[in-house]
Amino acid sequence: MAVAKAKVGSKSAPAAGRKTAAVKSARPATVDNFSKEQELFAYREMLLIRRFEEKAGQMYGMGLIGGFCHLYIGQEAVVVGMQMAIRTGEDQTITSYRDHGHMLVAGMDPNGVMAELTGRRSGYSHGKGGSMHMFSIEKQFFGGNGIVGAQVSLGTGLAFANRYRKNDQVCLTYFGDGAANQGQVYESFNMAQLWKLPVVYVIENNRYAMGTSVSRSSAQTDFSRRGVSFGIPGEKVDGMDVRAVKAAGDKAVAWCRAGKGPYILEIETYRYRGHSMSDPAKYRSKDEVQKMRNEHDPIEQVRARLLEKGWATEDDLKKFDAEVREIVNNAAEFATNDPEPDVSELWTDIVK
Amino acid sequence: MPIDILMPALSPTMEEGTLSKWLKKEGDKVKSGDVIAEIETDKATMEVEAVDEGTIAKLLVAEGTENVKVNTRIAVIAADGEDVSAAASEKPAAQAAAAPAAAKAPAAAEAPASTQAPVAAAPIAIQVAADPAIPEGTTFVSTTVREALRDAMAEEMRRDPDVFVMGEEVAEYQGAYKITQGLLQEFGEDRIIDTPITEHGFAGLATGAALAGLRPIVEFMTFNFAMQAIDQIINSAAKTLYMSGGQLGAPIVFRGPNGAAARVGAQHSQDFSSWYSHIPGLKVVVPYTAADAKGLLKAAIRDPNPVIFLENEILYGHSFDVPQIEDFVLPIGKARIHKVGKDVTVVSFGIGMTYATKAVAELAEQGIDCELIDLRTLRPLDIDTVIESVKKTGRCVTVEEGWPQNSIGSHIASELMEKAFDFLDAPVLKVTGKDVPMPYAANLEKLALPNVGEVVAAVKAVTYR
Repeated sequence: MAVAKAKVGSKSAPAAGRKTAAVKSARPATVDNFSKEQELFAYREMLLIRRFEEKAGQMYGMGLIGGFCHLYIGQEAVVVGMQMAIRTGEDQTITSYRDHGHMLVAGMDPNGVMAELTGRRSGYSHGKGGSMHMFSIEKQFFGGNGIVGAQVSLGTGLAFANRYRKNDQVCLTYFGDGAANQGQVYESFNMAQLWKLPVVYVIENNRYAMGTSVSRSSAQTDFSRRGVSFGIPGEKVDGMDVRAVKAAGDKAVAWCRAGKGPYILEIETYRYRGHSMSDPAKYRSKDEVQKMRNEHDPIEQVRARLLEKGWATEDDLKKFDAEVREIVNNAAEFATNDPEPDVSELWTDIVK
Repeated sequence: MPIDILMPALSPTMEEGTLSKWLKKEGDKVKSGDVIAEIETDKATMEVEAVDEGTIAKLLVAEGTENVKVNTRIAVIAADGEDVSAAASEKPAAQAAAAPAAAKAPAAAEAPASTQAPVAAAPIAIQVAADPAIPEGTTFVSTTVREALRDAMAEEMRRDPDVFVMGEEVAEYQGAYKITQGLLQEFGEDRIIDTPITEHGFAGLATGAALAGLRPIVEFMTFNFAMQAIDQIINSAAKTLYMSGGQLGAPIVFRGPNGAAARVGAQHSQDFSSWYSHIPGLKVVVPYTAADAKGLLKAAIRDPNPVIFLENEILYGHSFDVPQIEDFVLPIGKARIHKVGKDVTVVSFGIGMTYATKAVAELAEQGIDCELIDLRTLRPLDIDTVIESVKKTGRCVTVEEGWPQNSIGSHIASELMEKAFDFLDAPVLKVTGKDVPMPYAANLEKLALPNVGEVVAAVKAVTYR
């Protein structure tokens, strides 16, 4: 029997790997402040996601959006902070079905996203994908994946392609606390570390895998430690503070870009809405949700800092809000009036 | 009593092997555990250890002899105290000493190994129709399916740097079934990649690499293990093109041996042909001949879609004529008329063809002229070729190793009923594997698989003979 040996990534540095395998569980007490431009950018991006999702929820209620619709409200700082750490259109992103925020922050057109939600012909997938299945090669966004955990192996493969091509691109592979219990996640961790693949595993821990809380589903609830047995470094991040997310993202992305292999970020976040539109969220108290909204809202935190530092006035912020609302309203109108796909679309794109 | 050393069977499908090297010579003392020879099987080079103690009295098969049948006497050991020269001249030991497989063994043991053609390559007594895809005047070279598959991958890897091979034991071990033999040496470890035993993970990883534009060839050690990965194959590889409105597809080949091998039991003996052929977004190729294996694997690697390429372990060692054409690529989705005939259409694919060809030859002797169609591709299925043939013959029998319910044969029967009902002079009959998990016992396994007699009987039934 031949001895198995790492085939790719032979330039691993065991010493460095061992040292960094130590997992930081404690959050840094302070994070670097954003510049004015960064604060304004983050504010606007997060606001766009929130308003877009609120509108999507409303349109679902009107019967314009069907099937499953998983809203991202509350988790906005995660994708915005991470996006600020990568090269848009070059580094890849892949995520689960809770994907609207990831697409918007990647720069995908809100009209195209909303039209896909309504199943219309100008949607990103011509109406054939729906809320959970949109892609953009231009933005290097690889979906939009409906099977919990499947995107983790796929994202590891995107990172494999980077290594194969010997470029320095990095793949952000997002998944939730629920997906973190799927077997293929650990199969992927193993290969990613074995072959030193440039993949940041971004675990969006929003505390509930559908209706099952982390404590009821997970023997090891510290997800940043889930790579320990593979020697993959990991850390916990305050996912309600966009600055903390970006700082952690910078570090993880630099690690991957330098060829040191994968990195795990457990980003502690919270979804304000149910798992999907049909989820009444009876598994948690209203107080819990309200406390999060009141004390940790990611958008309010930036808003407060902008006002405090005098980087924006109430009027400025109102203006932003109006601009964002206009984008979202236009998207909704577009997606409402856009025709359904031509019936010939039924038979196209099955095979090339 | 001198002890016979017989050519051992070292894999489930091994029928013969090459005695590549003797590590002991006549007169050497051996004890239990000593390595006495190296034998090259269809899959690997293996060492043969002595079980008994004594002195090598005679080496009966010269080093380097190929095609030595399993259970052939290869050496004689004189036990301690025995006269070595007497032992050397001794006739074969009593048959009782042979393995339980002795039923077949003695004949093989007594005939000089080299004069007997391998069972697998027994000549087929039918005139094989020319493949219209191969120009007249082409020269052919006898090639095993195993070599044809390797050649196809090597040629495509030379042609396109985005093609790589990934799977368990594909690199350093040279392939669990030796399909990737030599590829690591030519293409290096960046392109021939040994994976951990992690089917779900590496099927997903490779699909991700394909979404990024690379062209992975994923080898499953057998398709039985691909059940662990079937979510990625279907949900990620097959559906993404459609879900993305044509933006993003997965140009990937999933290949490996499918179906029953020999005596490996229920979990390792399953034909997945109809499973994969059910899925829109996949192409499914099941070659029988080495030429088809080569031409279709090259096509599969170039195809922009996910292709399931179902091979068969038993066929790996079979030799066929492969055309010597530079860049020999066959079209996916075209059946091949293996033999032209007028009385009944026999439709098969992959290893099913081994039963079909023998049955068709037997039936020819009885005056029934079968047209034999090798489907080669199951999705897209070339049903037109079948329909055209049935319009001529009015009768159809399908042959496959898979289970009967929702089989390829079931589908063909339904298509014929819809599209050629008025041409049918008899019900379509299907010969399939039996509707049971694969048993281990040799007699039961044989019963569970289709056989030539069943095909002959089905053809006679539809021709009312």
